[in-house]
Amino acid sequence: MTEKNTEKRSKKGIFLRLSKYVLKQWPLFIFALLLTLGANQLSLLGPKYSGAAIDAIELSSGVDFPTVWKNIAFMIFCYVISALLSYVLSIVMIHLSQRIIYRMRKQLFEKLTTLPVNYFDTHATGDIISHLSYDIDTINATLSHDLIQVMTSVYTVVGSLIFMWQISKPMILIVVITVPVSIIITRYRSKVVRPLYRKRAKKYGELNGFAEEMLTGSRTISAYGRKEIMSSRFNKINNEAMDSFYKAEYQGALLYPTINLINNISITLVAVVGGILYMYSQNGTILAASAFFITLGGVAQFVQYSRKFAGPINEFSNILHEFQSAFSAAERVFAVLDEKPEREDAPNAKAFVKADGNVELKNITFGYTEDKTILKNVTVNAKKGQTVAIVGPTGAGKTTIINLLMRFYDQQSGEILMDGIPSADIKRKDLRLAFTMVLQDTWLFCGTIYDNILYGREDASPEEVYAAARSAKIASFIEGLPDGYNTILSDDGVNISKGQKQLITIARAFLSNAPILILDEATSNVDSRTEIQIQTAMNELMKNKTCFIIAHRLSTIQNADTILVVKDGTIIEQGNHTELIRQGGFYYSLYNSQFS
Amino acid sequence: MKWLFTYFKPLRTRIMVGTSIKIIGTLSELMIPFLLSYILENVIVTNNVANILFFGALMAVCAVVACLGNIIANRMAAKTTMIFSTQMRKELFANTLALSARNTDRFTIPSLESRITSDTYNVQNFVGMMQRMGIRAPILLIGGTIITMLMDRKLALVMIATLPFIFIVVYSISRLGVPLYSKVQQSVDGMVRIVREDAQGIRVIKALSKIDYENARYDKANMTLRKNETKVGVIMGVVNPVMTLLMNIGIVGVIAVSAYFVNQGSSSVTTVIAFMQYFTLISMAMMSISRMFVMYTKCAASAKRISEVMECTSELKTVRDDGQGDPSVHISFEDVSFSYLGKKDNLKSISFTLKKGERLGIIGATGSGKSTVLNLLMRFYDVNSGMIRINGKDIRSYTKEELSSMFGVVFQNDFVYADSIEENIRFGREISTENIIEAAKIAQAHDFITSFSDGYAHSVSTGGTNLSGGQRQRVLISRAIANNPEILIFDDSSSALDYKTDANLRRALSEHFPSTTVITVAQRVSSVKGCDLILVIEDGVIIGSGKHEYLMENCQQYKEISNSQMGGEFID
Repeated sequence: MTEKNTEKRSKKGIFLRLSKYVLKQWPLFIFALLLTLGANQLSLLGPKYSGAAIDAIELSSGVDFPTVWKNIAFMIFCYVISALLSYVLSIVMIHLSQRIIYRMRKQLFEKLTTLPVNYFDTHATGDIISHLSYDIDTINATLSHDLIQVMTSVYTVVGSLIFMWQISKPMILIVVITVPVSIIITRYRSKVVRPLYRKRAKKYGELNGFAEEMLTGSRTISAYGRKEIMSSRFNKINNEAMDSFYKAEYQGALLYPTINLINNISITLVAVVGGILYMYSQNGTILAASAFFITLGGVAQFVQYSRKFAGPINEFSNILHEFQSAFSAAERVFAVLDEKPEREDAPNAKAFVKADGNVELKNITFGYTEDKTILKNVTVNAKKGQTVAIVGPTGAGKTTIINLLMRFYDQQSGEILMDGIPSADIKRKDLRLAFTMVLQDTWLFCGTIYDNILYGREDASPEEVYAAARSAKIASFIEGLPDGYNTILSDDGVNISKGQKQLITIARAFLSNAPILILDEATSNVDSRTEIQIQTAMNELMKNKTCFIIAHRLSTIQNADTILVVKDGTIIEQGNHTELIRQGGFYYSLYNSQFS
Repeated sequence: MKWLFTYFKPLRTRIMVGTSIKIIGTLSELMIPFLLSYILENVIVTNNVANILFFGALMAVCAVVACLGNIIANRMAAKTTMIFSTQMRKELFANTLALSARNTDRFTIPSLESRITSDTYNVQNFVGMMQRMGIRAPILLIGGTIITMLMDRKLALVMIATLPFIFIVVYSISRLGVPLYSKVQQSVDGMVRIVREDAQGIRVIKALSKIDYENARYDKANMTLRKNETKVGVIMGVVNPVMTLLMNIGIVGVIAVSAYFVNQGSSSVTTVIAFMQYFTLISMAMMSISRMFVMYTKCAASAKRISEVMECTSELKTVRDDGQGDPSVHISFEDVSFSYLGKKDNLKSISFTLKKGERLGIIGATGSGKSTVLNLLMRFYDVNSGMIRINGKDIRSYTKEELSSMFGVVFQNDFVYADSIEENIRFGREISTENIIEAAKIAQAHDFITSFSDGYAHSVSTGGTNLSGGQRQRVLISRAIANNPEILIFDDSSSALDYKTDANLRRALSEHFPSTTVITVAQRVSSVKGCDLILVIEDGVIIGSGKHEYLMENCQQYKEISNSQMGGEFID
């Protein structure tokens, strides 16, 4: 019971929050509201004038042309203005919804960039993207389409009812019966059909997933000659998907003809009842003053109004459904907007501009979750210009130290001192700018090579960019491309290998002149020959910098001032190469295993 | 789109029955406005309530028949669509897997994927819609027109005059909309790309404090999207008001003209009432037809993309062996040259021979052509010149099945799929569970597999994300050796194994598969050091070949690589 209450409250909360976005555009919104009223009022008036015109034609004394023309003029006026208004309305609604959607996307993205790295580590990229595309699109559809539809529908239904009431009170009874019947049927049917469509969507998803999976393995399948067996697996999924398609369509096929039936029955009743009433009205049984009196034009109008009436009623259930999905989409979007951002810098946080590069980790303990400690009481001291190498098997927590240095995560206890200042007291931006990183996963964005290198330091001159590229041994490759530094890097663009991408990120690192360097398997994508070529450049890059290196090349590790051996989440050995060899521990056995 | 019809042939009877039912239903629907005007015009004057009730009942019967007819026909149409679509997609998938590597390269994997999924959905939707609306709409249009013509020819002409306008407006605006929609799609892609990039590069972005820069970059994409969406909306927004206006003007026209004819006594006013009803039906039909035209263009494009794959035949033909080969040599490359694109040679004059049970190592930089040697050996591509023989016979003389049964292979970034570990190793072949366990033991995979509570039944997630790189690698190696292959190929595939496991694996392999020829492609010297023959490849040319010791003496590049690696990867 209480649960249901909170759910209702939160639904109300979402509604209010969404309304705020709409109300922020209140001038447009009110304008749209007025346009809706105007357009609908005019289009509702149309049948009234056509009824009057028909009555004027029908006059037994001959056609009353002036009245006919007058009504026709009214009709044309109503329809033309109504069409104009509804077009203006749709334009207003597009601008209204686009403004809201643009703002939402902007807010959402800007929120994302303030979130801690942890958020991106724990949420799939696909999910993040779907908030910005699918979820917001769903809200957009409701704002730009359904909102108007609802306003129009309500107006049309109420308006039609009023006009029908004016034409013939007894015949309203027909509508009073048929309308609830069709509402009940749509609601009931959609309860049956919706899960079937959901299942269909799920099966389509499985089919797409399987096709993708198998196609990425097409070479392996071909090598083993396993085409038939994989095809038969595909067929099974294909059959299931098509079966769910059929089941959904089978049930779905019922709805519209049934609703149509009810409308037709309703018109039949109007014809019969209206016909009888008209008959008695004509032969004088029903007096003109009576509520039962009806003209031929009246019957015609009634038919027209009941058709007008049927549309919105049929749409009712659909719109309700769309509102629901828009609500849950909004809920997901708001959930991201309510995420806690990276903690703000303390008000007395220190600027940290000209760092020397002395880094000290003191008694650091950290785990990504409370129950699993990754680093236990770690103490490392890296003086200006020294090199610290971190070695150990994958997944042992090598990258964790880097995460803490950069304050992507905060340690649970202990402190990191930068030139003697606790890093928690330094402005985040300044702290991070003291580091340069080259990571195993090369990260380049879709843009020119020049811009990608420039990313390292935006105020660098073109000469500095070219020099950085030369230092990273990538300049001649870039200059050999038809567009040179203006070549746009994109997934489908020029063929540029992983190794070359990595060299561009190394060039980026050259450009930045931060005093501390982090290399996380930085040359893992570069083949040995190229690595030999850039080794001198790398040495150049490391010169005079404090370096933290995760690497597997022995040459790099051997020369480090300190080697941290990480295993099963803890630093098990620490020292320089000679010390560690002398210790005869894990490092020693690793070192020797290569000669066996 | 002609090929589509071959799928409908076996469904002929079903389609014909369905169509007939649909026609009956639609005709009944057409009767309703006719009966309505008949009641108002001819029945009421009889002054007989029973008569009115009778015709009312007739209307109700028509309504019921229309309803049932539509339901039954739509259900039959759904079944036809299902049968058709299942068959089409089945054949497309089989054809896609049968494509030669060259053709797969040409189409690209993402494109093939969207052909199997969204393109087949497009065609399926169109086929479904054609059966539902493609019959109903023309009947409503033509039938409605005929009935109105019979009722009152002059009034009918007034009404029909507006139809072409409706068609033109809806059709041309929708056509105008299609390229605009694809522009919107492009800007959505642009926006999504930035989000994806930033989600993946968040560390770099934060490290370089580029948040404002990224916000501005996103804002630009967001703005473009907004602009394009607005543009589409403004243009597509014309359709509905104009449609409604034209329909209403048609009605106004009918009323205006009828005033004259009624005055002359050549029309009756009740006809006008029926006309207004027919007009609604007819213009709805007109709208459906215009929509179908737009759908058709979409479907035709998809159908073309599908048929491109369907009609693609393999360029790899079976040829007769020349009988010149030496059957005692297991594998031989004789002066083989090859080019992927036909421009520059990716491999030039490659020659070597291997005896049964020998070990070959191929080493070289990325892009040097190492993997190309494997691609040619497994006949993913045909050589441009020269000859490759296995057991003395031209590989082009073997059938695909014969050839593929010889190999066990682990590619770079090879794939495991969502199924149990056991099935991933079995890979749809007839291999007993004992042999699978045996293979896993040799591949050093048995221990970690049995450490799962459900052992070999443990399910692998898509892309094998629930296995570590090394575990995935060992499953793949188990797969490669499970069928006791003649030739075992490792394409840079021990890179995810730590040194100890790698050494154990190599020992177990030579113990259990002494007569299997093993080819290892690697970047590390340590992986090929023990081979009987090592080829050093640079820019598609062999620049050194021989054993490790020989190459250390005689091949400068090999020596350089070896020294830089100092005996290989240290850890990992």
